[in-house]
Amino acid sequence: SVNPDLGSERQTASFSVERLTALLDGGAEQTRIRRAVVEAIQSDPVFSRENQYFQTQNERYEAAVRKAVHLQKKMHEMGWTENGPEYKYIYRALSGDVAFLLHRVFMRSISVLGSDRQIAKWIPLATQHKLIGSYAQTELGHGTYLQGLETTAVFDTATQEFILNTPKISAMKWWPGDMGRSATHTVVFAQLYIHGKCYGIHPFIVQIRSLQDHSLCPGVTAGDIGPKMNFEHIDNGYLLLKNVRVPRENMLSKFCEVRPDGTYVRQGSQQINYFTMTSVRISLISDEVLIPLKKACTIAIRYSVVRRQSKLKPGEQEAKILDYQTQQEKLLPQLAAAYAFHFTNDYLQELFDKGYREIQRKNFDMLPELHALSSGFKAMITQHCTAGVEICLRACGGHGYSLLSGLPSLYTKILASCIYEGENTILLLQTARFLIKCFMAASAGQPVPPSVTYLAAVKHGKCPAKNKLDFLSPDIYTEAYQHVAVRLTSSTAAKLQDLIQSGDKKHDAWNQCTVQLVQAAKAHCHYIAVKNFAETVEKLETKAGIQKIMKHLCDLFALHGIFSNTGAFLHDGYTSAAQMDMVTAAYLDLLAAIRKDAVPLVDAFDFTDQSLNSALGSYDGQVYQRLYEWAQKSPTNQMSPAYERYLKPLLHNTLSKL
Amino acid sequence: AAAMSVNADLRRERAAATFQPELLTHILDGGPERTRRRKEIEALVLNDPDFQHEDLNFLSRSQRYEQAIRKSSLMVMKLREYGIADPEEIYWFKSFVHRGRPEPLDLHLGMFLPTLLTQATPEQQDRFFMPAWNLEIIGTYAQTEMGHGTHLRGLETTATYDPSTQEFILNSPTVTSIKWWPGGLGKTSNHAIVLAQLYTQGQCKGLHAFIVPIRQLGTHEPLPGITVGDIGPKFGYDEMDNGYLKMDNFRIPRENMLMKYAQVEPDGTYVKPVSDKLTYGTMVFIRSLIVGDSARSLSRACTIAIRYSAVRHQSELKPGEPEPQILDYQTQQYKLFPLLATAYAFHFVGAYIKDTYHRINGDISKGDLSELPELHALTAGLKAFTSWTANAGIEECRMACGGHGYSRCSGIPDIYVTFTPSCTYEGENTVMMLQTARFLMKSYTQVTSGQQVSGMVSYLNDLSRQRIQPQHVAARTVTVRINDPTSLVEAYKSRAARLVESAAKNLQAELSHRKSKEDAWNKTSVDLVRASEAHCHYVVVKLFTAKLAEVGDAAVRAVLTELCLLYALFGISRNAGDFLQAGILTSAQITQVNQHVKELLAVIRPNAVTLVDSFDFHDVHLGSVLGRYDGNVYENMFEWAKKSPLNKTQVHESFHKHLKPMQAKL
Repeated sequence: SVNPDLGSERQTASFSVERLTALLDGGAEQTRIRRAVVEAIQSDPVFSRENQYFQTQNERYEAAVRKAVHLQKKMHEMGWTENGPEYKYIYRALSGDVAFLLHRVFMRSISVLGSDRQIAKWIPLATQHKLIGSYAQTELGHGTYLQGLETTAVFDTATQEFILNTPKISAMKWWPGDMGRSATHTVVFAQLYIHGKCYGIHPFIVQIRSLQDHSLCPGVTAGDIGPKMNFEHIDNGYLLLKNVRVPRENMLSKFCEVRPDGTYVRQGSQQINYFTMTSVRISLISDEVLIPLKKACTIAIRYSVVRRQSKLKPGEQEAKILDYQTQQEKLLPQLAAAYAFHFTNDYLQELFDKGYREIQRKNFDMLPELHALSSGFKAMITQHCTAGVEICLRACGGHGYSLLSGLPSLYTKILASCIYEGENTILLLQTARFLIKCFMAASAGQPVPPSVTYLAAVKHGKCPAKNKLDFLSPDIYTEAYQHVAVRLTSSTAAKLQDLIQSGDKKHDAWNQCTVQLVQAAKAHCHYIAVKNFAETVEKLETKAGIQKIMKHLCDLFALHGIFSNTGAFLHDGYTSAAQMDMVTAAYLDLLAAIRKDAVPLVDAFDFTDQSLNSALGSYDGQVYQRLYEWAQKSPTNQMSPAYERYLKPLLHNTLSKL
Repeated sequence: AAAMSVNADLRRERAAATFQPELLTHILDGGPERTRRRKEIEALVLNDPDFQHEDLNFLSRSQRYEQAIRKSSLMVMKLREYGIADPEEIYWFKSFVHRGRPEPLDLHLGMFLPTLLTQATPEQQDRFFMPAWNLEIIGTYAQTEMGHGTHLRGLETTATYDPSTQEFILNSPTVTSIKWWPGGLGKTSNHAIVLAQLYTQGQCKGLHAFIVPIRQLGTHEPLPGITVGDIGPKFGYDEMDNGYLKMDNFRIPRENMLMKYAQVEPDGTYVKPVSDKLTYGTMVFIRSLIVGDSARSLSRACTIAIRYSAVRHQSELKPGEPEPQILDYQTQQYKLFPLLATAYAFHFVGAYIKDTYHRINGDISKGDLSELPELHALTAGLKAFTSWTANAGIEECRMACGGHGYSRCSGIPDIYVTFTPSCTYEGENTVMMLQTARFLMKSYTQVTSGQQVSGMVSYLNDLSRQRIQPQHVAARTVTVRINDPTSLVEAYKSRAARLVESAAKNLQAELSHRKSKEDAWNKTSVDLVRASEAHCHYVVVKLFTAKLAEVGDAAVRAVLTELCLLYALFGISRNAGDFLQAGILTSAQITQVNQHVKELLAVIRPNAVTLVDSFDFHDVHLGSVLGRYDGNVYENMFEWAKKSPLNKTQVHESFHKHLKPMQAKL
């Protein structure tokens, strides 16, 4: 039965939860398909995550391999295909707890970087799992900075082979998923040398394990890199190559080829590579970043209406902790951010699809903007959502610290997203480079991409708000965000120019401005996120209460951003001290307004209990019973050898001689 | 690998330092003699083969618990053998044995024994203390329940007195009343001090403490009526058997209630305790430990991140030149140096609270408790302020190490998961901030009614003067000198005063609109937390600045002054809105502050590695491959990884179980 404290929250919803779920899914039909996939996966015991929190790294890895193998069977049974509408929901239904994710990256890299002949040879083998692939780019000594990779591939004209080597310890491949134990093949990125000349980084298909008995191939040393904060189920690996030879045909050669005589030939545009990075960054936002934040909000908000603590009014029952303003101030802005970034993701996805269509017509004009937006938003959203999950974790007090709450695993998983696919600071600097370039162009009257045209219209006005209600007007706050973004970009551009004019070299000037540049890039992304949320709300159906509640969330998202960064808005007097008090008042009022709908708003994310895998966050709110039941299953409650070995002698007077 | 020499980058860094690290270490330890003794104890533990073991990262939770129990029992034996009895020296010894991690006897040593000493009658001490001292009795302190933590009055466990048998009947009446979280409760302890609502003669007399046997001496089996176990896996604290305890009509003799203060007579008559202010003292003491722990944990994370950033080379700063150390990037310095400054600031705050506590504690035994309320209020806020900041700071250090920070070999994940519960235990941080706020509001009310207040809140006295001269605040704008720490203390003081006043006024406004005090308080609590934070921030800047004058060595004073300025200016930069809104600084001054922060980063850069060396963490204690003193990071990461459990066999068993059958079928 549902805990009445949670049940009562659902009776007062101001909007239709089902309609909102459909909106998030992109239509009722999508909701139906998603639920069918989730049901099929979660009713299958092989995919159970029930004992996950009690398992060792070895057990987790084995379970993930078992699931990956079973998934092939399941897909066949259900008639799901990689191009079907169900496919994108499978990963979500599994909560990512499955091996061979890098196998898909292996296949994609061959499809993008390989010649038609290479695709024809390798893709069928991979599809049928005759081999298991990985993708080995990152090294012990180098991550985001690819030019610095040290692995070498020397072309040997005599045998028509490449000789791959790991010349020093920092050149060892380190981190690639599925490589520590599972993979038989991997795409290795290495510096290509022909006749003593270096041609830069190129991809090579290298077999690392025997297809017969899985033993390591000659010259190959590989293994697991050891325990991490999460991803216990993935065998992130290391790889050391010593004079490993691969045939000339194993260099992926859609863009560059080495002829038998050692002639190096470049062909086609490499710009498509940028496009691949862009696509990976955008796709990880929905799968790896938004879902954990939505889950964390669901757990923390449901728990906060079940947990009662202390009294708000003398003589009354203890209050639900969500009724405390300080608890609302922790959780509701995270909820608003989850919705805001959901719509940002829709915006990016749409832009990406448009860009894709253009690229197919050989028009690469949109690439710089897409690249800048995907880099900046990847950094901003991963950072924001990671902080959000941690806030949810700590908002659950002691019980949040138990693995059984589900929150520690969500946190340790999402925080990896700040590092992989480009370190966030470096990504923000890439966005900043684009902004500065566009700002200069716009100042010189040249055309710039749509997302940055606002940089041309530098206005020196003041915020026109007269009372706190004015701050619930999207025009007012969007304008304020725009003002800050323009100010930070233009002042940094001016500073850069000053430094260069006073004799600094370009790169020195750039390094001296990087802190400011990062701030400008963040302000730009924040502005677009706010603007996009406001525009999305405008277009929503007014029926079923959806638009009204989304407007509240949009206001909260915007005002929380101002409230937490007042300095940026007060600087140069755009917003006055009195106006800032209005912002605070309007912001705190919104918390109380959204409080009533908090539980329906997380219900609309529509996670099953199996997906949440949390003793605190289940739909029925039976928190304490579940916590107690789950704890009893812990392996530590089986008799431990520690008693016989150490406790018994300790307790039986071994020490009383002291 | 052990014979390798020190990495060339780190050697260069150390050679470039402008001060002697030992002198700074002495300041942190509280004198050269303390440093010497600390290192002596460190050597005693680290050279002892009994305390060696496999890297804990590769062990299961049960194995880690087992290791911890093994070491704890040896530790107790050796502490007595060596005659180490000073609390601080015990703390060092324990910290080196367990490498800064919690252990199953923590509650026995830290709560069970001290509670017996302070709250048991002489008769009870005779019965329990020596057996507990000799570890025949291992006890824990069972306060927190599944449904209640910080709000103690809400605890539900009952102890009902039965005069016919002269026993207390203990019950866990609901699921939420099950004791949950106490350390050492799950598997280790055979006794617990249980906090329960006392019922006698049909009346509830509030929370009292009872000594409850929970496991059979000899067999260690739970006693009839007792359900006890481990609460399962957590984020960290793998060594600790945090436990649950459920009692069903479990009877203990009347003499098992701790009766030094409150008493229940044989006929059930309740005798009230004299004063309960004494418990304040213990809380202040524990909070001072958490402030010190915030400093140490953040220092460890900074040590790892800064050394690694001096070893790691990446990308290019100047075209054509070799890849620079990542510590040369402004963005990296901006992430790490303010945290380094914060770690130093918190060290001095921790030392201040400890000293003040010892001073006041002397007064308490003489019966003068007048300073206790302020210290209690102040430490609540500082506990929250420092633990929140350190919690976030440790994560920033980890992020600054990129992908390798995410590996357990970096050691930072462990520091984080061990430290983060201190935001919750010993008083949830938000609740702590609101306790400080309550004191601030009280002080504000005193000032507005014409009384003077003293101590750290004395700046509130200025508020009434400002009202007479309204231009006062505006006049201050030009007087802030951003190169002078004492001037910055004044700026922080103004900010605190402004936020306290604004919260007080908002509270007043709410009170005039709403019915209950509690409602008004709740509606103002976000403002109140901000006011407390500003107050604590002021205290930290003030204490750091005050410390500078005590430093004798000019070179050390110079580098500490730079750190103090960075701490203060970075805080202004981050909270610029508060200073702008109150008119304490102008936009132009904020721009100068931002610029000066960046200049300080460059000034501190040459001393960065030596500043973390001064924390003087031994490699074993640091537990990090990235933060090794010799900087031989990559070689040792490889050595470490080879020991991973997944690498135990060359071909993993799942190949034969799953992969091979699949490949055969397709």
